[in-house]
Amino acid sequence: MVEKTPILDIFTYVFLITGIIIVGFPVIYAIIAATLPIEDVCRVPMPLIPGDQFWVNIKAAWEKGNLGTNLLNSFIMASGITLGKISVSLLGAFSIVYFDYRFRTLVFVSVFCTLMLPVEVRILPTYEMAANLLGPLQHLWNVLHLNGLVSWFAGHTIDITLEWSILDSYTGLILPLIASATCTFLFRQFFLTIPEELCEAAKMDGASAMTFFRKILLPLSKTNIAALVVIEFVYGWNQYLWPLLITTNPKMTTAVIGLQHLIPAADDLPYWNVALAGSLLVMLPPILVVLFMQRWFVKGLVDPDK
Amino acid sequence: MGNAFPVYGGKRCFVNSETMIKRSVFSSRTLPYLLILPQIVVTLTFFYWPAVQGLIQSVMRSDPFGQHSTFIWFSNFVTLFTDPLYLKSIGITLFFSMSVATVSISTGLFIATMANRALKAKAVVRTLLIWPYAVAPAISGILWLFLLHPSYGVVALAIKRWFGVDWNPVLRGSDAMFMIIMASAWKQISYNFVFFIAGLQAIPKSLIEAAAIDGASPFRRFWTITVPLLSPTLFFVTVMNIIYSFFETFGVVHMMTQGGPGGATNILVYKVYQDGFIGLNMGGSAAQSIVLMTLIIGVTLFQFKYVEKKVQYAG
Repeated sequence: MVEKTPILDIFTYVFLITGIIIVGFPVIYAIIAATLPIEDVCRVPMPLIPGDQFWVNIKAAWEKGNLGTNLLNSFIMASGITLGKISVSLLGAFSIVYFDYRFRTLVFVSVFCTLMLPVEVRILPTYEMAANLLGPLQHLWNVLHLNGLVSWFAGHTIDITLEWSILDSYTGLILPLIASATCTFLFRQFFLTIPEELCEAAKMDGASAMTFFRKILLPLSKTNIAALVVIEFVYGWNQYLWPLLITTNPKMTTAVIGLQHLIPAADDLPYWNVALAGSLLVMLPPILVVLFMQRWFVKGLVDPDK
Repeated sequence: MGNAFPVYGGKRCFVNSETMIKRSVFSSRTLPYLLILPQIVVTLTFFYWPAVQGLIQSVMRSDPFGQHSTFIWFSNFVTLFTDPLYLKSIGITLFFSMSVATVSISTGLFIATMANRALKAKAVVRTLLIWPYAVAPAISGILWLFLLHPSYGVVALAIKRWFGVDWNPVLRGSDAMFMIIMASAWKQISYNFVFFIAGLQAIPKSLIEAAAIDGASPFRRFWTITVPLLSPTLFFVTVMNIIYSFFETFGVVHMMTQGGPGGATNILVYKVYQDGFIGLNMGGSAAQSIVLMTLIIGVTLFQFKYVEKKVQYAG
C-alpha cells in the first residue's frame, strides 16, 4: 500500500484468510462429511477428521444417483450448449457486422431483445413448443381449415395432426438454449473493433467472405471464444429449470437434477455422506473448467468488449 | 440508420451509424441470411412464439382440457393481484432478493478490498475465491441444507447454541427463508468478488497516493475515493444480483424447501412453476409470467440506461 500500516496489514491478512475459509467452508465441510461412515455423519457435532469411506460413498452415490448416465447427459448438454451458442452467435455476428442488408438492424434488435425473455418467464408456452415443434404449423393448419379442404378433396374425413416432440431428448435439452443475445452482442462488439484494413486486404487478395471468416476472424476471436467457453459451459452444466421441465425419463436427466434423489428424506436413514459425495462429484467439472481457464474467464466476465 | 435502437435513445455507441456499419463489407445476396438463419430460427421458435403465446394465454381462460378458450380481458391479472398468496409471494421475493444482494455484495466487497490491500499472493487469493462461481445454485442448496439441518447441521448447531433459537427450517418459515438466503448469497459472493477486484484495480494509484500525502487515513481514503469511484461497478453488480436472486435461485428453492413451509419461501419464479406446471392453472401462470417479463424488461432497460456497455451474463 501507500504508507506503512503494519497493524492494518495484519488485520487485512487475518480478515482475508477468514474470508477465504468462510467462503470455502461449505465445501470443506462437505468433503469431510463425504469421507465419513454414516454413524459419524449423524453424530452431533460431526468429527472434523476425515475418514476413509470416501470411495465407498462416491460409489454409493454413483449407483443411487444414477450418476454414470446423468453425468454423461450433463456433459453432452453443457458441451452442446457451449458449442451451439458460440457457433450460432459467431456466424450471426459475422452476418450483422460484415454484410449490408435490409433487415440487419431488425435482426440484431430482435436477437438482442431475447435478453429480456429468460426461460423462467415463459415456462409453459416454451414447454408446449418443445412438446410439439410443429405447433405453430398446426395452428395455421387449423386456422385455414385445411383439414376440411383435404377431406373434401379426398372425399372422406381425414384428420391430419402435425407432431414433433423434442421432450426427453438431447435436442430438447440443447436447442432451445443455444440462442444467445450476450454472445452475439459480444462478438459483434469485438468485430467492430477489428481494423477495416484487414477486411480490405483480404478482399484485395481475393478472399471470399467465408475464407476471411475462417482465416482471419476466427483466429482473432480466440480469446473471446475461450472466455465464452468457460461461461457457457458453466451455464449449461448448471441449468436446472429447463431440464427439470422437459425430462421425465430418468435416463435423460442431468446430474444436477439427479442429486435430488440423494437428499435423505425425513424418515430415511440420514445418508448425508452419500448425498454430499455425489454433490462434490457433480460440481467438480465446472469448477475445474473455471480454475484451469481462469485467466480468460475473468477477462471475459469483467470486460466483455475487449 | 440514425435511431436504430430507439429503446436506448441513440445514446449508446452501438446505435450510431458510424460504428454499426463497417465501411468495407462483403456483398452477397443470400450468404448473410444463411449465416443469421440458425439464430433467427431458434429465437423465433423458442423465444418469440412462446412469449406471444404467453401473452395470449394471459388474457384467456381455457377449460382444463385446453379445447376451448374465451377472451376475458385482464381478468387473470385482476385475480392475480387480489390473490393474497400472490401478494405474499411478491413480498417474500422482495425481501429475499434484497437480503441476498446485501449479504453477497457486502461480503464480496469486503473480501475484495482486503485482497486488493494484500500486496502478495493476489493470484492465489483469486483462485481460492473464484471457484464457487461454478457451483450450481441447486448444489449450493444441498451443501447448505446439510449445514443448516435441524439435527445434524453444524451451522444450525451453532445458531441454536449461540442465539438460543429453536432452529427448525422444516416447520418455521423464517428459518427456511434464512436457509435459502444463505445458500443463494454464498454462491454469488465470488461473482461479486471478481467484479469488485477488477473495479478496485482500475482505480488509479496516483489518486490514492495523493490523498495519502494529504494525510487521509486508509479508512477515509476508502470512503472518499474508493467507494465513489467504484460506484458504477457497485451499481452494475447490484442489478445483476437482483436478476440472479429473482430468476436463477429456482434451483435453490426447489432443492431446499419447495416453496414451503406454508408458502414461506414461495418466491415468484417458483410460484409460476408450481401454479402452471404442477397446478395446471394456465391463465394464472401465464399472467404471472407476463408480470415477471415486465419486471425483467424494466430492469434490463434501467440497467442499459445507467450502465454503459455492460452486458448481463444470464445466458
